[in-house]
Amino acid sequence: MNKLLEVFLIGISAASIYSLMAISMVLVWRSTRVVNFAQAGMALLSAYIGYELVSRTGNFWIALPLAMILGAAFSAFIEFFLMRTLLKHSSQGAIAAIAPIIATLGLLGVIRATIGFIWGHYDRQIEAPLSKVGFKIGENTIAMSPMSLFVLLFVIGLVIIVTIVFQKTNIGLALRASAYAPEIAQLAGIRVSGIRTLGWAIAGASGAAAGILQTVNGTGAISPESLEFSLLLVFGFIAAVIGGLESLPGAVLGAIILGMVLAVVQIYISGTLVFIVAFLLLLTVLILRPQGFLGTKAGRRA
Amino acid sequence: MIEDLTVSHGAIKAIDAISFSVAKGTLAAVIGSNGAGKTTLMRTLSGLKDASSGRATWMDHNLLHGKPEHHVRNGVSHVSEGKSVIAQLTVEENLDLGALWRRDRNEAKSTKDEVFQLFPRLEERRTQLADTLSGGERQMLAIGRAYMSRPQLLLLDEPSLGLAPLVVEQIFQSIRTIVDTMGVTVVLVEQNAMGALKVADYGVVLNLGVVAARGKASDLIADPAVRAAYLGY
Amino acid sequence: MLKKHPLLTFIFFGFILFLISNRLDELRVYQGATVAVYAIGIASLILLIGYSGQISLGHGALLAIGGYAAALSRIHYEAPIWLTFVIAVLAAAIGGALLGLAAARLSGPYLAGTTLALAIGLPSIANQFSIFGGEQGLYFDIGLPPASLGEDFTQYKWYFWISWSVALIVLYWLRNVMNSRYGRSWRAVRSNDVAAELAGIHVGRNKVLAFTISAGLAGIAGALLAMTVSLVSPGVYPLVLSFSLATGAVLSGVTTLGGVMIGSVTLVAIPEIALAIANRYGSETITTNLPGLLVSALLILTVLFVPNGPVEQLHAKRAKKGHSSHSLIEVTVRVGSKTLSTKKK
Repeated sequence: MNKLLEVFLIGISAASIYSLMAISMVLVWRSTRVVNFAQAGMALLSAYIGYELVSRTGNFWIALPLAMILGAAFSAFIEFFLMRTLLKHSSQGAIAAIAPIIATLGLLGVIRATIGFIWGHYDRQIEAPLSKVGFKIGENTIAMSPMSLFVLLFVIGLVIIVTIVFQKTNIGLALRASAYAPEIAQLAGIRVSGIRTLGWAIAGASGAAAGILQTVNGTGAISPESLEFSLLLVFGFIAAVIGGLESLPGAVLGAIILGMVLAVVQIYISGTLVFIVAFLLLLTVLILRPQGFLGTKAGRRA
Repeated sequence: MIEDLTVSHGAIKAIDAISFSVAKGTLAAVIGSNGAGKTTLMRTLSGLKDASSGRATWMDHNLLHGKPEHHVRNGVSHVSEGKSVIAQLTVEENLDLGALWRRDRNEAKSTKDEVFQLFPRLEERRTQLADTLSGGERQMLAIGRAYMSRPQLLLLDEPSLGLAPLVVEQIFQSIRTIVDTMGVTVVLVEQNAMGALKVADYGVVLNLGVVAARGKASDLIADPAVRAAYLGY
Repeated sequence: MLKKHPLLTFIFFGFILFLISNRLDELRVYQGATVAVYAIGIASLILLIGYSGQISLGHGALLAIGGYAAALSRIHYEAPIWLTFVIAVLAAAIGGALLGLAAARLSGPYLAGTTLALAIGLPSIANQFSIFGGEQGLYFDIGLPPASLGEDFTQYKWYFWISWSVALIVLYWLRNVMNSRYGRSWRAVRSNDVAAELAGIHVGRNKVLAFTISAGLAGIAGALLAMTVSLVSPGVYPLVLSFSLATGAVLSGVTTLGGVMIGSVTLVAIPEIALAIANRYGSETITTNLPGLLVSALLILTVLFVPNGPVEQLHAKRAKKGHSSHSLIEVTVRVGSKTLSTKKK
């Protein structure tokens, strides 16, 4: 089969998951100026919740939206109880710049340990609701299955909905205003702290979708130490930074660039090199264009 | 109504026990040089900063209690220093922002028409990003955004900052119009003392956190001590 | 005593440790050596975070560079032990300088994410090139303790001695660096880059230098860590190690070196405590998950309630009673920033 087509298909499926993760990171960054390093942990937790829901309801199509709602609620909860307290207590000294980073790392640890307590350390399996065998074109099987096609369409749909909400609705206007200039938004009568929590909630839903879809589209197995989730964290972050960390279209663009580059490396060079290539890509972007491809100069501050 | 208001930055008292009151439907100018405490006063009245002691009320509403968004809902709007518009949003979005919290959608729409009447330039540029506006247009937009909340009390912090004299004149005239035709009470903080006192009804001179002089704007302009110290001739 | 005769204090501390090491069993001695390794790693992070305002979530990667450099020089050139440590420092410092050049242009979360990506990415290099020994890693053997130390001088005690000697030298040296001109410039850069720049401090160069020194120290910690387990492999320097060091730095308090022992002892003690609890209740899930839970919960609580660390907290309390502990430069910098912010408007 045509190798180039294979690169494209693998790249685009990977990009669809990365963009969900990158979108969560961008939303959280925009609403509270925090990079949430616990995002992957929250996605993993959602994957476990998805597993429970699938095994109880027996229906993936009910479990997915339910898990997204729970993911949103959990994320909002974290913002409300952890982040607000944090901003109140640690806003001075050398720690101020790193306190949110450290706190989300701590949260990651707590989530992992909690998962270990509840579900133990052996793999759990989520059955894929659709076939993972590639479509056939004539004699050849291509690297796109009904499952990965669904993931792709789902992500495209979600991105369209989020874009419409952000650009066309009042809530979206409040979300954008609070992100760009919280003080002015406040003076305009917007309850900025509530809007922040909402930003985290949407991020939580997107991250939950990323966690579950990553699992069913991959091997279907989840474990607390799962490498795929460290991967999700780093690749989501890199995609978000390539796009500028400020912009939602940027997050999607960053995910596509990253997905494609890694697919080329994987097919033509070696699968073990993807991490280091991703790191070099991140470094190159940060040095040559620190504001990302779709970011503004001002976004880099803070 | 402001009584014995004191506000501190750490150990430094930015405002030390000042008192003055503003009559409804008038334009009061608070003037003073850099560091006199003008901006601190505004930020305190709009809820961005906490006061150490004293009282500040508008009608029955306590200005020292609650967050800015709370004040806006009670008819007090603040345009902060330095053209407070959001550059990444369009002109129209900036305006809509000021009325987002309002339930009465239709009336909010007519408020927008009033703003466009006051500043026709904004209507021409309604779909442009605020980033592309000139300094004067940004100030109009900032005032327009605050007006979208239909305030009874409007706090303006240095609208003339960095603008050309002609534009300043125009902005001051618009502020006068807002007071006269729409019945809004305005507190205007200015370094441009002469220009502000000329349009104002009442003036307060702040110096290093205390009230140095106050009275009718025309009296202040005539006062030799004020002229020498703040008007520069 | 620490204030007046720092060198004597350090020597005295070393002597106490020597006495202690004679009375402990093998496991405790091994753990003692680990505490020393953590102390160096945490000190190197405190230097970075607290004194130059940069963060690294991938310090494990720099430890790994040091460890691999030491092991490779030992295997291929049969370098003496002391030389392997020097090579570890140099190799990690070079890596740190390169990373520091990029890091000086990045702020907070960007730097955190970049270093994190490095820590996750670096082990894959070990798998890619056979010289690094893949997943199994390389053997790192520093040899038996000298015969002159006596027959019952065990291998682990030898490790303990080496680690603590290095740790005490490093901490003593760091303490002096912090009080030197460099230390003051770094603190100034951390408090406010712009003001520091105006005061004639070359901000970029200082940040890179801080990163280089921090990396060099991480390198020696990496070599010592390899020594205590006789091995370098991706598994010796997992992502968790980077997180642990960051945790240790926060628990110790990132603004002062004084608390460095708090973090390193906690990191070693928590798994012990967790094990004790687990033994009592006899559950495997507790053994595997409790350490992580305790460390993470402690981390969050520290950031929330003692953000600048226990030592600084005590200082702050004392300062409130009238003994101000602020250095002159910080006051000037604060004043500088105030003037600046007024001007910017």
